[in-house]
Amino acid sequence: MTDATSSGGATPRHSSSLLTQDARTLKRNAAESRFRAYGLSAVVIAMLALVFLLGSILHNGSSAFRQTFITLDVYLDPAKLDKKGTGNAEEIRKVTTFGYAPLIAASFEKLFEEEGIGVEGISAKKAGDLISKEGAADLRRFVHEDTTRVGETVSFSFLASGRIDGFFKGRVTMESAERDSNVSPAQLMLAEQLKEAGHLKTSWNWGFLTMADASENRPEAAGLGVAILGSFYMMIVVLVLSLPIGVAASIYLEEFAPKNWITDIIEVNISNLAAVPSIVFGILGLAIFINFAGLPQSAPIVGGLVLTLMTLPTIIIATRASLKAVPPSIRDAALGVGASKMQAVFHHVLPLAAPGILTGTIIGLAQALGETAPLLLIGMVAFVREFPAAPPEGFFDPASALPVQVYNWTQRADPAFVERASGAIIVLLVFLLIMNAIAIVLRRRFERRW
Amino acid sequence: MYDAPNLGAKVEQKTNKIEANGVQVYYGDTHAIKDVSVAIESNTVTAFIGPSGCGKSTFLRCLNRMNDTIDICRIEGDIRLDGEDIYDKRVDPVQLRAKVGMVFQKPNPFPKSIYDNIAYGPRIHGLAKSKADLDEIVEKSLRRGAIWNEVKDRLHEPGTGLSGGQQQRLCIARAIATEPEVLLMDEPCSALDPIATAQVEELIDELRAQYSVVIVTHSMQQAARVSQKTAFFHLGHLVEYDNTSTIFTNPRDERTESYITGRIG
Ligand SMILES: Nc1ncnc2c1ncn2[C@@H]1O[C@H](COP(=O)(O)OP(=O)(O)OP(=O)(O)O)[C@@H](O)[C@H]1O
Ligand SMILES: [Mg+2]
Repeated sequence: MTDATSSGGATPRHSSSLLTQDARTLKRNAAESRFRAYGLSAVVIAMLALVFLLGSILHNGSSAFRQTFITLDVYLDPAKLDKKGTGNAEEIRKVTTFGYAPLIAASFEKLFEEEGIGVEGISAKKAGDLISKEGAADLRRFVHEDTTRVGETVSFSFLASGRIDGFFKGRVTMESAERDSNVSPAQLMLAEQLKEAGHLKTSWNWGFLTMADASENRPEAAGLGVAILGSFYMMIVVLVLSLPIGVAASIYLEEFAPKNWITDIIEVNISNLAAVPSIVFGILGLAIFINFAGLPQSAPIVGGLVLTLMTLPTIIIATRASLKAVPPSIRDAALGVGASKMQAVFHHVLPLAAPGILTGTIIGLAQALGETAPLLLIGMVAFVREFPAAPPEGFFDPASALPVQVYNWTQRADPAFVERASGAIIVLLVFLLIMNAIAIVLRRRFERRW
Repeated sequence: MYDAPNLGAKVEQKTNKIEANGVQVYYGDTHAIKDVSVAIESNTVTAFIGPSGCGKSTFLRCLNRMNDTIDICRIEGDIRLDGEDIYDKRVDPVQLRAKVGMVFQKPNPFPKSIYDNIAYGPRIHGLAKSKADLDEIVEKSLRRGAIWNEVKDRLHEPGTGLSGGQQQRLCIARAIATEPEVLLMDEPCSALDPIATAQVEELIDELRAQYSVVIVTHSMQQAARVSQKTAFFHLGHLVEYDNTSTIFTNPRDERTESYITGRIG
C-alpha cells in the first residue's frame, strides 16, 4: 500500500537514477544493517562467554592432569616387615599401612645423610609428611603382591601430599603455609631442595583418570576411574534401551498409528515429558526401581534406567521430526510398486531419516551424560572406592558418575579439590566432544548414501 | 451407459478390466469425485482429460487404492478388477498394487541408484531368480522407458541426480519393471521433449498388447494419438466417456466440445 502511494505520488520512482538511493531504499538498508549489527553482537557476546567459560575451566582444571611425584629408594626392611624372620607371606601381609610409614622415614634419613639435603627442624619423620598418606598404602600393596621382595631396595615414585603439590602449582605459598596446620614453610623448603636434587618432579598423572575417589584429606590421590566407568556403564544401558524403544515407538506413532484423540494425547504427553525437570525422574526412579523393584542403590543399572526415561522423549521427538521430514512422495513411490507399508518404512523412509535419528540420539545421550540431579536421588552420590566389576555384574555394583563426582568434589573443603573438579569437567567436556564428533561422522557416512 | 462395445470398429473381443460404479470420493468435506461410473477395457489405452483440479488424479488413485494413504480421503461406490471388488475387506492393497502399477504426476525416484530404483520392485516381488535375471529386467525396463541410452553408463549413480524428464522416464521404467496388468500413468509426459514423448507414446502403444493403460494428460493431441477410449472429467463429474474418435470428432456434451476446442479449462 505504501508502494502504491509512493508510485502514485508526484515523483514516480521509475524516473530516479539508479546511481542514487531513494529514501525508501535508504531506510530499508539501514534497517538491514541494524539487524546485522544486533545479530553480530549477539554472536560475539555468546562467543566471549564461551571463551571465558572454557578459559577458566582449562585454567583451573588442566593442572589436575599433572601431579607432583617424589622418587625415593625404599629399603624394604625385613626387621620392620618380617619381625620373626620366617619369610612367611601370611605374616608379612599382616603388617598394617601404619607399619610402612617408618620405611619412608628411613629413606629420607638416608637421603639426608648421603646427599646433604635437609632443613633445620625437619626430622626424617616430618619429611615423610611430604608424601601422600596414600604412599604407605601403595608400598604395602606392592609388598602384598610379591612378598619375596622384602629385603630389597626398590625405587619408588610416591604422590606428593596435596599441599606440596599445591606449592608447585602456585596454590600454596610460604605465607599461607605459616598459617596452615598441614604444612610448614620448612617442609616447603625441603621440597624445593628435593626438586633441585631431582627427587621431586611434576609430571603427567594418569592416576587422575584411572584411580578411584579418595577421602577428604588426600586430594592428591583422588581420581575419576570409578566415575568414568560408572558413566560409561550408564551410557551403555541408556543406548541399548532408549534407541530401539524410542525409534520403534516413533515409527509406530508416525507411520502406523491411526490419527485420533488417543494418539494426540500420547503426542502431547511425550512433548511434556521432555520438559519435566530431571529431578522428578530421579524420584520416579527411586520409587519404582529401588523401592518397588528392589534394585540396588548407587548402581549404574538404576542410573541408566532413570536416564533412559529422561532420554526417551528427546529421541522420540527427534526421530518423529526426521521421519516427518521424509517427503511423502517417497512412501507413495514405494507403495506404488507394491511394497508393503513396513517395507516402505524400513527400505526407504528409515534410511533417509537415519542421520536425524542419530543426531537426536547422541544429543539425548550427551544430555544424559551430564545429568546430575536424578542420580543424587538414587544414591549415586555415595563415596565409592571399589571399581565395579565387568558387565553384566558390574551394572549392579555401586559406582559413581562424572557429573556427580564434580558435584562431590566441589563440596569438599580442601582447595585442591577445586582443581580436581575443574579437571573432571574437562574430562566430561572431552567426552561430549567425542560424542558430537561421532554424531557428525555417522551423519556424513549416512548422508553420502543419499 | 457409456459402455458401447458395438460402436467400436475393432473386431477383437474386449473385456472390461476395471469396472467402477457410482464412485464418490470425499477429501474431508470436499466432494472431489461425484458419482463416476466407468469401464476400463483390457488391451486398451484409456485417456482421462479435463481441466486442472477436476479429479483425474483422484480417480486414478482410487483404482489402485493409493488414496488409502490419505487419512481424510473417503471413498464410496464399488470398483472391480476382473470382477473382484478391490475395496473388499479381504483385499490386500499391496497385492492389488502389484497388479495395478502407477506412474505419479510428480516424478518421485527413490534416493538410491538408478539400478536400485528399477530393481526394487522385482526384488520385493521375487521376479528375478539371479543377479543376471535382475540385470536383464533392469535393462529391458530402462529400454522400454526410453532412457537406457542416457543412463547405461551411470546405473549406480543416484536416480535423484537425473533431470526432471529423465526422472519421469525412470519412474515409468520402474513401474513397468514389476509387470503390472494395469498401468496408471498420471501425466507421464508433462516434462518431456517431443522425442522422448514420442518414445513414451510408442511404449504405451506397445504395452497395450498385454495390459490396460490409463493415462491422464493435458494434451488433446496426445490423447487423440495414443488412446482408444477417452473420459472427460469436469468438476468431479464424468461428463463423457466414449471412443476417442467420437469424443474428438463428435462429442455429445457441449462442455466436452468447449474443452477440446480450448474454450474452457
Ligand atoms: N490430498 C488432498 N487433500 C485434500 N484435497 C485434495 C487432495 N488431493 C486433491 N484434492 C482436491 O481434489 C480435487 C481434485 O484434485 P486432483 O488432484 O484429482 O485434480 P486433477 O484433475 O488431477 O488436477 P491436475 O490436472 O491439476 O493434476 C481438487 O479440488 C483438489 O483440491
Ligand atoms: Mg493430477
